[in-house]
Amino acid sequence: MIRINCPYCGERDHSEFSYGGDATINYPSLDASEKEWTEAIFFRKNIKGFQFETWHHSNGCRMWLVVERSTVTHEIKSVKPCHPDLQKVVENNK
Amino acid sequence: MKTRRIDNYGKINRDKILSFRWDKKNYKGFEGDTLASALLANNIGIVGRSFKYHRPRGIFSSGVEESGALVTIGSKDRRDPNVRATTQELYNGLEAFGQNAFPNVNFDLAGINNYLGRFFAAGFYYKTFMGIPPLEWGKGTAIWMFFEKFIRKAAGMGSASGLPDPDTYEHAHDFCDLIVVGSGPAGVAAAIEAAEKKLDVILVEQDSLIGGNQLAENDFDNSQIKNQLENLGIKIMTRTTAFGLYDNCVVGLLERVTDHISAPNVNIPRQRFWTIRAKHIIVGAGAIERHIAFNNNDIPGVMTVNASKHYLNRYGVLTGKRIVIATNNDSVYETAHQLSEAGANVTVLDSRTNFEIETNKSFEIRKGYVPYNINGSKKIDSLDISKSETINKSETINCDQVLLSGGWSPAVHLLSHRGVKPKWDYNNACFLPSDTKENITMVGSSRGLWNKNDCIASGIAGTTDALNRLGISKTNYFFPKPGGWKNPIQPLYEVKYKKSRSKSFVDYQHDVTTDDVRLAHREGFISVEHLKRYTTLGMANDQGKMGNIIGLSLMAELLNKEIPEVGTTVFRPPYTPVSIGALSGRNVGKHFRPLRVTPMHQWNIDHGAKMIEVGLYQRPWYYPKENETLSDSYIREASTVRKTVGICDVTSLGKIAIQGSDSTEFLNRIYSNGFSKLQVGKARYGIMLRDDGIVMDDGTSWRLAENEYFMTTSTGEAAKVMSWLEELLQTRWTDLNVNVTSVSEQWAGVSVAGPKSREVLNNCVDDYLVITNNNLPFMGVTSTFLKGNIPCRIARISFSGELAFEVYVKSDFANTMMDLLWANAKKYDGCLYGLEALGALRVEKGHVTAAELDGRVTIDDAGLSKMASTKKSYIGSAMRKRGVLKNNDREILVGFFPTNLKETFNAGTIVCEKNNIKGQGIGRITSVTYSPELGHWIGLGFVKGGLDKWKDTNLVGADPVRNKQMNLKVVSPHMIDPKGERMYA
Repeated sequence: MIRINCPYCGERDHSEFSYGGDATINYPSLDASEKEWTEAIFFRKNIKGFQFETWHHSNGCRMWLVVERSTVTHEIKSVKPCHPDLQKVVENNK
Repeated sequence: MKTRRIDNYGKINRDKILSFRWDKKNYKGFEGDTLASALLANNIGIVGRSFKYHRPRGIFSSGVEESGALVTIGSKDRRDPNVRATTQELYNGLEAFGQNAFPNVNFDLAGINNYLGRFFAAGFYYKTFMGIPPLEWGKGTAIWMFFEKFIRKAAGMGSASGLPDPDTYEHAHDFCDLIVVGSGPAGVAAAIEAAEKKLDVILVEQDSLIGGNQLAENDFDNSQIKNQLENLGIKIMTRTTAFGLYDNCVVGLLERVTDHISAPNVNIPRQRFWTIRAKHIIVGAGAIERHIAFNNNDIPGVMTVNASKHYLNRYGVLTGKRIVIATNNDSVYETAHQLSEAGANVTVLDSRTNFEIETNKSFEIRKGYVPYNINGSKKIDSLDISKSETINKSETINCDQVLLSGGWSPAVHLLSHRGVKPKWDYNNACFLPSDTKENITMVGSSRGLWNKNDCIASGIAGTTDALNRLGISKTNYFFPKPGGWKNPIQPLYEVKYKKSRSKSFVDYQHDVTTDDVRLAHREGFISVEHLKRYTTLGMANDQGKMGNIIGLSLMAELLNKEIPEVGTTVFRPPYTPVSIGALSGRNVGKHFRPLRVTPMHQWNIDHGAKMIEVGLYQRPWYYPKENETLSDSYIREASTVRKTVGICDVTSLGKIAIQGSDSTEFLNRIYSNGFSKLQVGKARYGIMLRDDGIVMDDGTSWRLAENEYFMTTSTGEAAKVMSWLEELLQTRWTDLNVNVTSVSEQWAGVSVAGPKSREVLNNCVDDYLVITNNNLPFMGVTSTFLKGNIPCRIARISFSGELAFEVYVKSDFANTMMDLLWANAKKYDGCLYGLEALGALRVEKGHVTAAELDGRVTIDDAGLSKMASTKKSYIGSAMRKRGVLKNNDREILVGFFPTNLKETFNAGTIVCEKNNIKGQGIGRITSVTYSPELGHWIGLGFVKGGLDKWKDTNLVGADPVRNKQMNLKVVSPHMIDPKGERMYA
């Protein structure tokens, strides 16, 4: 059982969360070309080691989080809110 | 029958006699017995028949590694097969049966298989029944499946009851700093040390008593240890097996709560499935004694040496009178001494020639001798022995028991669950746990320590390791070196039998012999993983706890390699079997998954609704009058809606409140159609696409105020849409000032539909002027009051194609609203209608639902191109015309009529061209209904090229699953009132 330390709720089982996806994608603007969108939607790196990914605390506070997790060991290095303003709030409250 | 119980031995309670039944006969045992010890005490040698050869089998061990004494406990719906007699505690009235034998384990007709043994070698079933040479007739799965039924019956285990499980099971959770698995000297030392250092400690023991292998010592008393542990505040969990280790120090445990009680309180669960989240795990799971492979090493009366010590000192049972112990290590001598003191005639065969051991000479030691062959079939008559240098029968010893010790295997299973591979230790001839970065520490004999003081020292070192890793201390520590015997072990796995047709068992439970391992090698299955699957070595429910190493060593010898080069298979959870009941816990029957009901659920039922599941929701399906069938009912309901008025519970739709100054911009980005010009007081139907241009969901959004919207989604996609909106706002468009809140549970909704719907509502609202055609035109929204001062929201939205209103009130007012609407609808001969009629009405109108929007359909496929704005960009706009999505032969939404209007068809029918009925055809029918308006069956679905291409062509509907075929014609999906005149009325 992966345990995720939600910045709002504290450490919780991964069963409270839903996996999102790659957290490093910069989605293009809505009027960007089909090519740019294709890149953003379909092309993924298959990382062995730590990667940034989004998780939704769907059975908790409903916040979207960026989780830095090892795809090999499930070790989690960091958990932050996705929203940059909320990230700052969490940082300041540490 | 003579008892094997002897006086002055054992820790059983001789004052408390328990009666039990074995294979329909009555026996007696004592409190503190296991079923195995009670059977042995009653001189019952044969307790089962083996898997393939149906050879008589006895009790091999005294614990979880048992691979012979698998029995069935209980009867009828409480029949529990494949229970290890060695761990089943005896209780009054226990009823047990032998397995895999007819008529019984003493006389089993299938014992003939033993003489056909050469036909039953590894891979036999597959080779024979997956295609019979030379003709290979019936090659393939069909013939295999035919024979499999008989094979399963012949080769088998106990059978399940086939009845619903009457017991209850529970899931439970706990937290702690440190969990210690195993209550032997190492585990107890670790737990005490940790508790003294103020850690919150849970100590887990699979046995009913704490003590571990010390329970086999004649002078061991655990009461003092127990007091000490309890005084330190350590939570002790007995009868609890840590069956698996998972990520982040999560441990899965099974607690057997009432399996040892004769008439348990029905309010207590039978078993409890624990998930314990710890900060550190210490495993002191002990070690398991191995047997030795030689001919007939499975005859009842063969046992591990340590098991006989348990039976003597814990249960007061002397398992044999003339005992031969065969060993290759020092661990047996204390037992030999105690057995002879207890009155047995003991001979020790030690394969080693050069070693010193202190004894009181009460038993004979034959140095340099090994067991060669057992004579006997249902019991041991004598043992042929051999010199270990020149393997050949040299003499025969009369005996009734042969005890084996081929060395000890540390229980590294739990660590193996974490993907940590054990390493081979040549000095101790066993696999030892490797180090891991995770917070797991192995202690005691599960790290290869054979004497008690070393085990205790390792327990304390283990806790120091835990404290260091948790950052509580920085103390140096060291673990004692593996080993601890005076003389080194001499590897001994197999004594080769010189005659052909040997039966030297490696894995007792699955009848895997040394010859099977050699056969696997000959046929090329040389990797341990292939060896395991080809021979089924280690695949029985004991998971090869006793025999695996023997199999590996044989393969290593055949390959001319060392054991570490051959490797070992990975142990996976569970360590011992876990019942399905415990896994499901309380999530059975009605509680299998959550049930969602609308606030007017009971009202609907009281008014005759038959319910149907839609996702988790219970929705009204139809409201039959007397003697009406489903189709009678829905046809009447749909006709009534078209003629007068009907009321339908639509509460299950998802509802989301969207608030904030950027709400309009937000909706404009997520919907494919424009929302920027939607006025306050109006609603709009909208379609959401996914990033990749496929339709995600459809629904309506009502503009209640400048910066406030009320969104409805489909029932099935409600949760997904909510997460999606949150994701967009929190990850992509973090500059938008928008807040989304799920209000699905807060509002109860109904649709009031039909030409008389306004008249019904006129009588229900406080002020009928708010709902006139002028004040509330098509797609108009208003916040007003129902009679009785009930605040409500009304929108003129139609799914049925009739003049219709959706009315929402706060959930608490749901029943009042229903009473009010229904009382007035009845005045107009209205009806309540359910999902089936709703479906009929929307299919007639060509409105799509989840059946059509199945995640493969574009907005153009659904015939909704006009809903795709060309004036703005939105989610999916860049991708909706990509690649294959712009092909001309996409399947487009159409309506279907049967050519012969008297015919029917079903959803799932494949649409084909007349002379080309094959494969996936050119389309499919997704929804069908009888149309009361048109008077015949109609369907919605997709066809390549759409209506334009097939307008006047006769097509065929193929329905091979139902063995049906009919002629079809393609029509516009808008089968009724295509201009929508009724909606605007």
